[in-house]
Amino acid sequence: MSIFEYNGSAIVAMAGKNCVAVASDLRFGVQLQTITTDCPKVYPIHEKLYLGLSGLKTDAQTLHEKLVFRHNLYKLREERNMKPTTFGHLVSAVLYERRFGPYFCSPVIAGLEDDGTPYLCGMDSIGAMETAKDFMVAGTAPESLYGMCESMWKPDMDADTLFETVAQCLLSGVDRDALAGWGAVVHLITPDKVVSRTLKGRMD
Amino acid sequence: MDYLMGIKGPDFVMVCSDTQAAHSVISIKHDEDKIVPLDSHKMFGIAGEAGDRVNFSEFVIANVKLYALRNSTELSTSSVAHFTRGELAKALRSSPYHCNLLLAGYDEKVGPSLYWMDYLATLNKINTGGTGYGAMFVLSLFDKLWHPNLTEAEAVDMMEQGIAEVKRRLVVAPPHYIIKIIDKNGIRTVKTV
Repeated sequence: MSIFEYNGSAIVAMAGKNCVAVASDLRFGVQLQTITTDCPKVYPIHEKLYLGLSGLKTDAQTLHEKLVFRHNLYKLREERNMKPTTFGHLVSAVLYERRFGPYFCSPVIAGLEDDGTPYLCGMDSIGAMETAKDFMVAGTAPESLYGMCESMWKPDMDADTLFETVAQCLLSGVDRDALAGWGAVVHLITPDKVVSRTLKGRMD
Repeated sequence: MDYLMGIKGPDFVMVCSDTQAAHSVISIKHDEDKIVPLDSHKMFGIAGEAGDRVNFSEFVIANVKLYALRNSTELSTSSVAHFTRGELAKALRSSPYHCNLLLAGYDEKVGPSLYWMDYLATLNKINTGGTGYGAMFVLSLFDKLWHPNLTEAEAVDMMEQGIAEVKRRLVVAPPHYIIKIIDKNGIRTVKTV
């Protein structure tokens, strides 16, 4: 089993009309043994920027701590939050610093720019960045998730439709993956608020 | 193989470990206490490679004590958990400590907490959990039996059921166990099996 599949994860992020949704499963396991079922993989950076980290959980925790630290310093110096595009490039740089001994994580960054335009990007474990206009997936069930997202995504979905689409894509996508699942958490980011919902899927 | 399980109740945390110190197929000691106190209201249940186990736990205990002496204040369980994770993570990519552990603690404002950590420095806050082969048999048993208003007697019963299951089904089941509890009064040994 590869080191990226040691803990198991599934992350989906999708863009709608002036909104983004990012969701992850809740399973934490060590190979095929499930340890907890309340472990989300998406972390808030600020109200309009969420970071999803799939892969090895210890590296995800370390990276999250490092990036929050960097963002806090940035906020003290610049007296404002970091833009999603900037944050994406920061994550890419942090990952490439460890090019020959990498963090075993694949981040997904989802946020709203200042004017409300959605921003989605994903990268591999050494920081190769790709932005997307529609959706980004990461984790141990990428093929299932790509299939679900590709068929369900439509441009300019409103917040409620986007939430439903992301939720169904994730919940169905993880059904065929033994390492991801046990429920889901979905964060829906709009210009004025973030709504987070915990969902129950197939609990296996 | 080490057996380590923990249960968190509404006002206590209970940790059980086996008390066997083994060297390949030989059992050197039957009463090795693998649940070490950090201070009056926190303890580590630590399992894994023998040298790393003792070395790492003593290192963390010494640093926690040093912080308390320097700053005239005790660290909370959450702080100790994150400090421990940081130390394991720092050592991970050079000379890792090969030990899995449970950190149990009772804080005045927060109440009881139980943290699970593996040798890769993955930290989780849990209600029930454990490490090792024994955990494979006992985790789902505890999932079934745990509820938020657990009493101490129910938790002891759960632990004993877990031990019985391990003895029945694990080929290399350890013979003796110790169960310790932390509540607002501190750490005490509940029983040895």
